[in-house]
Amino acid sequence: MIKFLIKGLLRDHHRSLFPILIVSFGVLLTTVLYSFINGELNDLIDSNARFDTGHLKIMTRAYNTMASQMPNDLALTEVEKLILSLNIRYPDYDWTARIKFVGLLDVPDENGETKAQNPIFGLAVNLFGKNSKEGERLNLAKSIVRGHVPEKPREILISEEFAKRMNTVIGHPITLLSTSSGGAIAVQNFIVCGTVKFGAAVMDRGAMIADLSDLQYTLEMPNGASEILGFNKKNYYDPDETKIIKTNFNSLFSNAGNQYSPLMLTLEDQNELGEYLQYITVLTLVIIGIFLAAMSVVLLNTGLMSGIRRYGEIGVRLALGQSKDQIYKSLLYESALIGFIGSVTGTALGLAVSLYLQEFGIDITETLRNTSIMMSNIIKARISIASFYIGFIPGLLATLIGTALSGIQIFKRQTASLFKEFET
Amino acid sequence: MTDSQIIKVNNLIKDYTMGKQFFRALNDINLSVKTGEFCGLVGPSGSGKTTLLNIIGALDNPTGGDAIIMDKSVNALKSKEAAKLRNESIGFIFQTYNLLPIYTVYENVEFPLLLLKKNKRDREEAVMRALEWVGISDKANSKPNQLSGGESQRVAVARAMVKLPKIVLADEPTANLDAANSHNILKTLQKLNSELKTTFIFATHDEKVIGYLRRKIILGDGKVIDDININ
Repeated sequence: MIKFLIKGLLRDHHRSLFPILIVSFGVLLTTVLYSFINGELNDLIDSNARFDTGHLKIMTRAYNTMASQMPNDLALTEVEKLILSLNIRYPDYDWTARIKFVGLLDVPDENGETKAQNPIFGLAVNLFGKNSKEGERLNLAKSIVRGHVPEKPREILISEEFAKRMNTVIGHPITLLSTSSGGAIAVQNFIVCGTVKFGAAVMDRGAMIADLSDLQYTLEMPNGASEILGFNKKNYYDPDETKIIKTNFNSLFSNAGNQYSPLMLTLEDQNELGEYLQYITVLTLVIIGIFLAAMSVVLLNTGLMSGIRRYGEIGVRLALGQSKDQIYKSLLYESALIGFIGSVTGTALGLAVSLYLQEFGIDITETLRNTSIMMSNIIKARISIASFYIGFIPGLLATLIGTALSGIQIFKRQTASLFKEFET
Repeated sequence: MTDSQIIKVNNLIKDYTMGKQFFRALNDINLSVKTGEFCGLVGPSGSGKTTLLNIIGALDNPTGGDAIIMDKSVNALKSKEAAKLRNESIGFIFQTYNLLPIYTVYENVEFPLLLLKKNKRDREEAVMRALEWVGISDKANSKPNQLSGGESQRVAVARAMVKLPKIVLADEPTANLDAANSHNILKTLQKLNSELKTTFIFATHDEKVIGYLRRKIILGDGKVIDDININ
């Protein structure tokens, strides 16, 4: 009987090919959509973590209240001691200090006169530390457009876009004008050793990367830092674990009465990322939910159409002695097979498209030209374990439910009308 | 019911409700059919012949009275039991053939045996034998859309006969056939009746069919008007 049903499926394209195409297409779109949103979500977390928030961040309480102004007069002190303590208490995380600053970059001409001057956002990271992963974390080597990564003190990188705007020549000196932690004017000469494309519009518009010790010296912050960032050594943001660490750290080190005491925040506590991530998660579920509902309706309709097409066949089968239960079950078996084949095909194609988008992505540089959000210029999909079942299970269920609902008509059918139906 | 009585209908009534009113399609029908009869329910449209055929075929239940088919009361049959009875003991021939279009002639005839869970060898033997009975074994691999009307009805006959049912119910089996094909089909059915002792019951008002019947149960307005045996 199974062979008989399979023959029917293979020969009747309306019964097999078209439903399989519909299921495959729906599952493909669901898989790609999910992988794409997943990629975006992960990129958002990753970009923010790498450039700004870390998976965890420590600042002084006072700095935190005015973090957007980068008030280095309220920065952390005795940073090495604190990092040592963090490494012992939370060894699964890599702890690193950074200084964020703003200032003016002055490009002199051959006579030492100002040729161009532009405001800049700066990030000082541990570039030369023995075990530092900051260069790798900021992907500096691969982001170099011209020149090379800093190899010695006072060498800096600036964004390529900024360098072009300032007519900066690689290897030439450049002057940073900023404010020291004591509130005085800080002036320091640097050599532009290279330009980079960060891949995040907000950085590419005008940012410089320098070594932490250079900026500690320039801004008069010995053993100080704007913030200490913690990165999960598995390179994975774990919201639950970070919350536990935050609570533990703050209960041990943070004092609400002391504005210079350290305060730990998770990635989600910063830049309204928590709300944003929740929003995207809900949005993802809503989009996929709507999509699946639409797919279910289409499949239900396909089932109904198939039921109408096969009205005569089902009548003959009833007359020849197949019970309604048996016919209903056979339709469910058929739809399970169709749903399975369609879902496997759709998932395979969806993963293939997602893999392509994971590797190459879509360039949205122009769209992000004026945005301040920290996200990549190239949006990429990301295949996760859920990508393998997010379309597959609903594809299979939608097919089965569609058939189950449309097949109920079989039970409503009057066998007494069969002869009359066959005459028409 | 005696051994030779395969069908016994007692005081059978069938009413159809039409809104708040009801329509009596069968009114106190009493008859019995013996094994191996070649008989017909004869009458004009609306006389109740198809309704009676439905009840004998366990496709419908009576409103009153009873129909005993092979010692089984149609009234007492549940849906699955009725399906089992049709599956095992009753063959149907329809006016419009109703072959499954995506299957070959062979597969169409094989279908009732699949429902009976016969093994492959038994199925092959039975199908080829049935196709030979109706003289269409050369068309075994054809699809229904490649057959003429007469050939299609022969396949339908083979499908009805392949499981060697005790009873074959035929509703206007020649209505869509020309005279030559009608006579061919009827001769085949007559031959099968005499060779296999299968009981044939026709519902018809076609004179060609009536001419072949050995018993005519004349229906009119839901009642048996006459019951004529021709020997």
